[in-house]
Amino acid sequence: MMLIDTSLAEVGKYCRFMYQVISKPEKWSVFFRRTLDEVNKLGVDSLGIVTLISFFIGAVITIQVANNLDNPFIPKYTVAFAARETIVLEFSATIVCLILAGKVGSNISSEIGTMRITEQIDALDIMGINSAAYLAGPKIVAMIISVPVLVVYSIFIGIIGGVIAGSMTGLVPLDDFIVGLHFTFKPYYIAYSLFKSTLFAFIISSCSSYYGYNIRGGALEVGKASTQSVVISCVLILMVNLMVTQFLLS
Amino acid sequence: MIEARDISKAFDGRTVMNHVTATFEDGKTNLIIGKSGSGKTVLLKSLVGLYEADSGDILYDGRSVRQMGRKQRQGLRQEIGMIFQGSALFDSLTVEENVRFPLDMFSDLSLADRREKAKRCLRRVNLDNADSLYPAQISGGMQKRVAIARAIVQEPRYLFCDEPNSGLDPVTASVIDSLISEITHESGITTIINTHDMNSVFSIGEHIVFIEQGNKLWDGNQDNILQSDCPELNSFMASARRLMEIGK
Repeated sequence: MMLIDTSLAEVGKYCRFMYQVISKPEKWSVFFRRTLDEVNKLGVDSLGIVTLISFFIGAVITIQVANNLDNPFIPKYTVAFAARETIVLEFSATIVCLILAGKVGSNISSEIGTMRITEQIDALDIMGINSAAYLAGPKIVAMIISVPVLVVYSIFIGIIGGVIAGSMTGLVPLDDFIVGLHFTFKPYYIAYSLFKSTLFAFIISSCSSYYGYNIRGGALEVGKASTQSVVISCVLILMVNLMVTQFLLS
Repeated sequence: MIEARDISKAFDGRTVMNHVTATFEDGKTNLIIGKSGSGKTVLLKSLVGLYEADSGDILYDGRSVRQMGRKQRQGLRQEIGMIFQGSALFDSLTVEENVRFPLDMFSDLSLADRREKAKRCLRRVNLDNADSLYPAQISGGMQKRVAIARAIVQEPRYLFCDEPNSGLDPVTASVIDSLISEITHESGITTIINTHDMNSVFSIGEHIVFIEQGNKLWDGNQDNILQSDCPELNSFMASARRLMEIGK
């Protein structure tokens, strides 16, 4: 009962925070400039990790599928088909977002949390600035813009990883791989992947901002809030993933 | 003039400010003094609206904060400048950008004019040639001066300072005190300073409010503070005097 009360109170506080965040910015030019900065910091700076993970996971998926489909009656291009479906439907949207929840989420919550404990947020409030909107607004918009782009990029790199692994190991020749990539391709799956990644981007950025913004105490609390924001973001991503999959693919 | 009328504040059931009534006069440096944990910062933060008082009211030149809507409160905040204990400068901005920040957010001046105004404020606090440095690259005393420049850049009517000379050496602390006092008199603003530094009390304190365990026990000026009949204030003063004598 106590847990339900606490959870409901937390949801209420989160809603109040988001109500503050979605209000009109004090100055649009400042908002756009900050959003571009955040796209650079949260999106462009994540390209490295997304490239690395997508390439290797794409390669591993291809090798594993190929090793499990060694029946001569199953055509080779099925491997590329299965790798593509795995990468598009689950890996690039969900797994990449779980990784971003760790990298970007902890960055957001610790940055805003440090501003809270060093009274920088109070300074914004004193100036008459809506600090929640000023700090969290550009981060949320930047994530909503960046994450779908990162997901498309991850799909591309993942498939490249698969192509290279398939060719280099001789498990799937390049021609078969290309046939498999085109086999019963449904553009709707890309739309589904982008839609859920947009939801995940919102979850990561808003949860992390909320936990950072509401820190009370000192440096120890910054670490705790950062961990908490990552855990909650991951749990929410997994739950929303299940619901979205049920609604959109069933 | 700023008036606190019967304001109380509790955190988690623990009362930290108990029916405090005080008046802070125009064009003067008003000091709130008291031991650490006496409720000075809570009173100051309640006055500026960072904490919402549980009861009572605060009046800015007769304007009741309680009766103000969100927009009016936001407007009032643009008449307020505040210097925080830890300076609260934005780490990602340079010194000049920090000072220019309120103008960037609210003023319609051109960039050249905003820069000029920021530089003028930096010159006023005797801080030339630090424009392009980041807060982490300057000393604590310089950070305080940048905070003062940022607080005055919008020409506020009310200036609040939360322990502006804490963590500074006595010479720099005295420079910061003098700077705040000069700015107060030049611009005729109402300044409220939170401090437990007796040097500040005797050098710049024109109106003094003494707080103990969340209660206002005494108010007066530096001429009559030594003749007070408040035992808590006398005890506080005696401890401070002993420390000053050891210092000498």
